[in-house]
Amino acid sequence: MGAKRTRERTTLQKVEAGLKRRRRKELIFKLSGEIATGVGILFLVLFFAILLNKGSSAFQQTYLQLDIEFSAEVIAPGGQLDLQYADFDGIVRAALQKELPEISGRSERRELYRLASVGAAYQVHDVIAENPGLLGTTQSIWVPASADVDMLVKGNIDAAVDEALRTLSDQQIDWINRLDEAGRLDLKFNSALFSNGDSREPELAGIKGAMMGSFFMLAVTIALSFPIGVAAAIYLEEFAPRNSWSDLVEVNINNLAAVPSIVFGLLGLAVFINWMALPRSAPLVGGLVLTLLTLPVIIIASRAAIKAVPPSIRQAALGLGASKTQVVFHHVLPLAMPGMLTGAIIGMSRALGESAPLLMIGMIAFVVDVPGSFTDPSTALPVQIYLWADSPERAFAERTSAAIIVLLAFLLLMNLAAVIIRRRMERKW
Amino acid sequence: MTAMTKTATDKRKTAAVPDYHEQVVELGRETVGQVRCAEPFMVAEKVNVHYGDNHAIRDVTLEIGKKEVVALIGPSGCGKSTFLRCLNRMNDSIESARVSGNITLDGTDIYSKEQDPVALRARVGMVFQKPNPFPKSIYDNVAYGPRIHGLAGDRAELDTIVHSSLERAGLLKEVKDRLDEPGTSLSGGQQQRLCIARTIAVNPEVILMDEPCSALDPIATARIEDLMDELCEDYAIVIVTHSMQQAARVSRRVAYFHLGYLVEVDDTDKVFTNPQHKLTEDYITGRIG
Amino acid sequence: MQSTTLILLLGLLAVGAFYFGRDRSLSLVGGPGKGRALHSLPGYYGYFVAIWVVLPALALLFVWILLEPKVVAALVVDGLPESYRSISAGELNLLVNNIRNLASGDVVSVAVDNDLRRAAALFNDYSGMSRVLLTVLVISLATLGGVLAWRNIRPELRARNRVEAVIRWGLIAASSIAVLTTIGIVMSVLFEALRFFQMVPWSEFLFGTTWSPQTAIRADQVGSSGSFGAVPLFAGTLLITAIAMSVSVPIGLMTAIYLAEYATSRVRGIAKPLLEILAGIPTVVYGFFAALTVAPWVRRVGESAGFEVASESALAAGLVMGIMIIPLVSSLADDAINAVPTSIRDGALGLGSTRSETMTKVIFPAALPGIVGGILLAVSRAIGETMIVVMAAGLAANLTANPFDAVTTVTVQIVTLLVGDQEFDSAKTLAAFALGLMLFVVTLCLNIIGIYVVRKYREQYD
Repeated sequence: MGAKRTRERTTLQKVEAGLKRRRRKELIFKLSGEIATGVGILFLVLFFAILLNKGSSAFQQTYLQLDIEFSAEVIAPGGQLDLQYADFDGIVRAALQKELPEISGRSERRELYRLASVGAAYQVHDVIAENPGLLGTTQSIWVPASADVDMLVKGNIDAAVDEALRTLSDQQIDWINRLDEAGRLDLKFNSALFSNGDSREPELAGIKGAMMGSFFMLAVTIALSFPIGVAAAIYLEEFAPRNSWSDLVEVNINNLAAVPSIVFGLLGLAVFINWMALPRSAPLVGGLVLTLLTLPVIIIASRAAIKAVPPSIRQAALGLGASKTQVVFHHVLPLAMPGMLTGAIIGMSRALGESAPLLMIGMIAFVVDVPGSFTDPSTALPVQIYLWADSPERAFAERTSAAIIVLLAFLLLMNLAAVIIRRRMERKW
Repeated sequence: MTAMTKTATDKRKTAAVPDYHEQVVELGRETVGQVRCAEPFMVAEKVNVHYGDNHAIRDVTLEIGKKEVVALIGPSGCGKSTFLRCLNRMNDSIESARVSGNITLDGTDIYSKEQDPVALRARVGMVFQKPNPFPKSIYDNVAYGPRIHGLAGDRAELDTIVHSSLERAGLLKEVKDRLDEPGTSLSGGQQQRLCIARTIAVNPEVILMDEPCSALDPIATARIEDLMDELCEDYAIVIVTHSMQQAARVSRRVAYFHLGYLVEVDDTDKVFTNPQHKLTEDYITGRIG
Repeated sequence: MQSTTLILLLGLLAVGAFYFGRDRSLSLVGGPGKGRALHSLPGYYGYFVAIWVVLPALALLFVWILLEPKVVAALVVDGLPESYRSISAGELNLLVNNIRNLASGDVVSVAVDNDLRRAAALFNDYSGMSRVLLTVLVISLATLGGVLAWRNIRPELRARNRVEAVIRWGLIAASSIAVLTTIGIVMSVLFEALRFFQMVPWSEFLFGTTWSPQTAIRADQVGSSGSFGAVPLFAGTLLITAIAMSVSVPIGLMTAIYLAEYATSRVRGIAKPLLEILAGIPTVVYGFFAALTVAPWVRRVGESAGFEVASESALAAGLVMGIMIIPLVSSLADDAINAVPTSIRDGALGLGSTRSETMTKVIFPAALPGIVGGILLAVSRAIGETMIVVMAAGLAANLTANPFDAVTTVTVQIVTLLVGDQEFDSAKTLAAFALGLMLFVVTLCLNIIGIYVVRKYREQYD
C-alpha cells in the first residue's frame, strides 16, 4: 500500500511538472492557428479595401459643360445635315475657346483642346443627330472631359509635383481650376463604363463589349456543359458497369479538373481554330473551350448529387415495374437537380473568371465594337481586366479596379444563387 | 392533448416516451438504494449535463469507491455514457455541453479552474467502445501516454513501462516479438487490450470503460472481463455496459440510469435479485429495451 | 439556310414526328382506350419516330459542317490558274484565308488581283451551292428516316427498349467526352511538339540554359535560329512554385487545423465561407493585385533592407500565388484531418494529451498521406497557374534562385509565344506547344499521384 502510494504520487508529480511547458506549447500552437486563419482573412479584407478604394472613383467621370454652337455652316453646309463629315471637333474646340477667350497661340490652344475628350465630338454628333431641330442654336451640353482632367479632379494628379513629372502643365491646371470655379466641371455617373466597348481613351473605355463577350461565351458553355455533364454523371453513376473503362473515365475526369487551364487553351487553339477553322476571337470558340474546362466540375458535382439520392427510392420505383431509364429520369434526376444546378452555377462562375485559355484563342484582341453574335470578335471581362491592367495610364488602373468590382459582383451573385438553391431545395433523407 | 392538430409522429412522441418520464417523476426522483459507499474516492454530487436544450443528466449523485468496479446500465440514450465522460471531462471538447454540479477526485474538485483537464485525464483514464489504437506501432501506442506526460526518464524506463503495461493487459505474450508492427494489425480483442495497456501505462487511479466489449466476440469479451477482475485490485473502474450479464459478472455495484436520472444504485446482487424500483425491474426483466 | 435555322427546323420536324408516331401506334390497336395492347406506352412510339427524324439528319449536318470548308477550299484552289499550283502549303493556307476573307468582305492582307477576285466569287458560288445542297439533303434524310420509322410501327415493336438504347448510347457518348478531351489535349500538344523537336533537338530544349525564342523575321539576320533551352523556365517555375508553397502550406495547414480543432462553430461558420471567397476570386484579379500592390511593396521593403529587388520579382508573384492557394491547401487538409476517425482523437485526449499533442502526434501523422496528396495537387495548381505570373513575373529568362530577381515561367512563355500575331510552323509558335506538353505531363503525373494517394488514404478509414 505504501509503495503504491508513493508511485502514484510520483506519477502525478511528473505529470504536473510538465504541465506548464505543455500549456505554453498548446498556447503557441493555438495562436499560430489563429494567426494563419487571420492571414487569409486579413488578405481578403485588405484586398477588398484596396479594390474599393481604387475602383470606386471609376464609377464617376468628370464632365465639362460647354456652350456648343450648332452652327448651320459647319453641320449643314449645303442646307443638308452632314453628320458624317461635319467638323464636330471644331465645334467643341470653338466652345472651349469661348470659355477661356484670352488664350491665344498655337501650342497653348492645343493644350487647351486637350482638356476635352475626343468623345466630346461624338456626343455633340449624337445630340444633333437625335434632335436636328437644334441646328443653328447654342446649347449648354455636358461633354466628357479628358482622362487627365478627370484624374486631377479626383485628386490622382498632384499639382505640387514638378511639372515635368505630370501629364498636365501648370497652365492647364490653372485653366481647369478656373473652369471648376465657373461651375463648368462636375463629377457625374460614368455611363460610358457600362455602355461602351474598349477604347484607347480611358474616359471612353467601357466594359459592355467584354460583358457581352462573356455573356455569349457563358451561354455556349452552359448550353453544352450542363446537359453533357449531367448525362455523363448519370451514365457513370447509374449505368456504367464497374470495370477498367469506367475507372479510366473516373481518373480522367478527376485529372481534367486539375489540368492547368492554359492547357485547355492550347487544345482550343489546335483543335477548334487550326483544325476546325473556327473564327479566332469568337465567343463560340471561347464557349467551347470553357465547356471542356467546366465539364469535369459539373460532372463531379452531379455525381455527388446523384449519389445523395437514397437507393430506397430507386428500389421503390423498380419494384413498381419501372425500367432503369424511367427510374433515372422520373425519380433520380428530379431529386438530384438542385445539387446539379448548384454544381453548374459553380462551374459557370469558374468559367466567368477564367482568362488564361482565352488568351490562347485570340480573345485578347482590342475590340471597340460591342459584339452582337456568337462569332463576332470579342473579349471577355477577365481578359479586359488583364488588358487594362497592362495599360500605363492611371485612369486605366482605376477602371481596371472598377471592372474587377463588376466581375466580383457577378461572381458573388452567382454564388449567392447557388447557396440559395442549395438552402431552398436541400432535402434531408 | 390537442390530438386533432398533432401529426402522427408528434403523437407517438408524446404517447410513448413521456410515459416513462412521468413514471420516473411519479416514482420519486430520489435515487433508490445506496449512492454512498464506504471508502469514497470519486464523488459526483447533483451533476447536471445539458447539450444545448437537451437536459441529458439530471441531478445525479454517485460515489465510487477505491478499487471498486461500478457498472452503469440502462437503455440507450439514458445518459450513462454522458455521465461517464463527465468523470474525466471528455465532455469539454463538445461545444454545446454544459456540466454543473460537483465532481471530486480524492477530495479535489475536478471542474475547478485550477484543474487542468490534461492532468485529470492522466489520473482518470478511459477505454472506448470501439478499439481505437493509434495508427502507430504497438510499442508507440503504449509508450504514447508516458511520453507526452514525461513519465519515463530514459529509454530503458520507457521499455519497462511498456512491457509491464502489456503484461498487465495480458497482451505481452502475443505481441512480444512484433512490437514494431502497427497496432491496427491486431485482432479486435487484442486491439482493445492494447488500448487498456495504453491506458494503464499512464498509471491512472480510475479507469473509465465505455462499453469496452460491445465490438468484440464472446471469447475476446471473456478475456477483457478476466482482465478487469485483475485490474480492480489496483484501480477503481467505472464501466458502461449494455449487457446485464457482464454487469453482473464484473461489478460490485450497479447503477441504473433512465432518461438522465440515476434511478437505482446498489450492490450488484441486490439490484439483480431484488430491484427496488419499478423501472429497474422492468429493465432487468427485459420489458424496457 | 443557316445551320442554326436548320437545327431549329429539325426540332420542329421532331415534334411533329412525335405526334405522328404516337397516333399511329394508338390507331393500330384501335384508338386511345386500347393502349394496353401496345408493347410500350404510346409516347415511346412517338419518341421512336422523332429519334429517326433527328439523329441521322443531325449526323449528316455535323459531318457536312466539318468537311465543307476543306472541300470548298480544295475546289477553289483547283479553279486557280496554273501559277498558283507550285506554292507551299503554308502560303496556300494563307491564300485560302485571304480568298475566304475577300469573299465575306473582310480585310485582306495582300493586294487584290483578278485571280483572287475570281476565286472569291467561286468560293461564294460553292458555299451557296453547298448550303442549298445541305438543306435539301438534311430535310430529305429527316423525312426519309421519319417515314421509315413510322411505317415500322407495329403493336409488338419494343419501342421503349429502342428509345432507351438510344438514350443509353447518348449517355455513353457524353461520358466519353471527358476521355476525348484528354486525347485531344495529348494529340494537339504532342503533334505540334514533335514538329518542334524536328527543328530543335529535344536535348537542347530539356537541358539548354539559354532561352531567347525571338527568332528573327528574315533568315539572313543574325541569331535567326533563336535559342530554346528551357532550363531557365523550369527553374523559374520551380522557384515561384516553391515560394508559393512555402506560403500556402504552413498557413493552409494551420488554418485547417485551427478550424477543425479549436474554432467554435461560430468562428468556423464565418471563416470557412470567407476562405471560399478567397478561392473564388479569379486569378486575373490576383495578378492585378500582385502587379500593382504587392510587387511595389516587396520592392520597397526589400530595398529598405538593402537588397536589390527587380520590379517584377519572383517573390511578389510567389507570395500572391501562395495566398491564392491557401484555401485549396486548407480545404484538402481539412478533408484529410476530418477523415481520421474521432475515436482516435478521443483516445488521445482520453490519455491526457493536449489538443496540440493530439493534433501533432496522432492526427497529423495519421492524416499525412492525405495531406501529402493534397499538397501534390496544390503544387500542380501552382505550376499551371498562368495569370498571376503573366502579370507579375517578368519575361526575363534568368537562371537564378534569388527570389528578388525576375524570373519567367513555362506558362508565361506559352502566353507570350502564342499571343499576338503568330506565324504557324515557326519554331517560336511550336515551342509553346512543346512547353505545353511539358506542363501537361508534369501536372498529369502530380495529379494522378495526388488523386491516387488521397483516394487510397480515404479508403483506409472508410
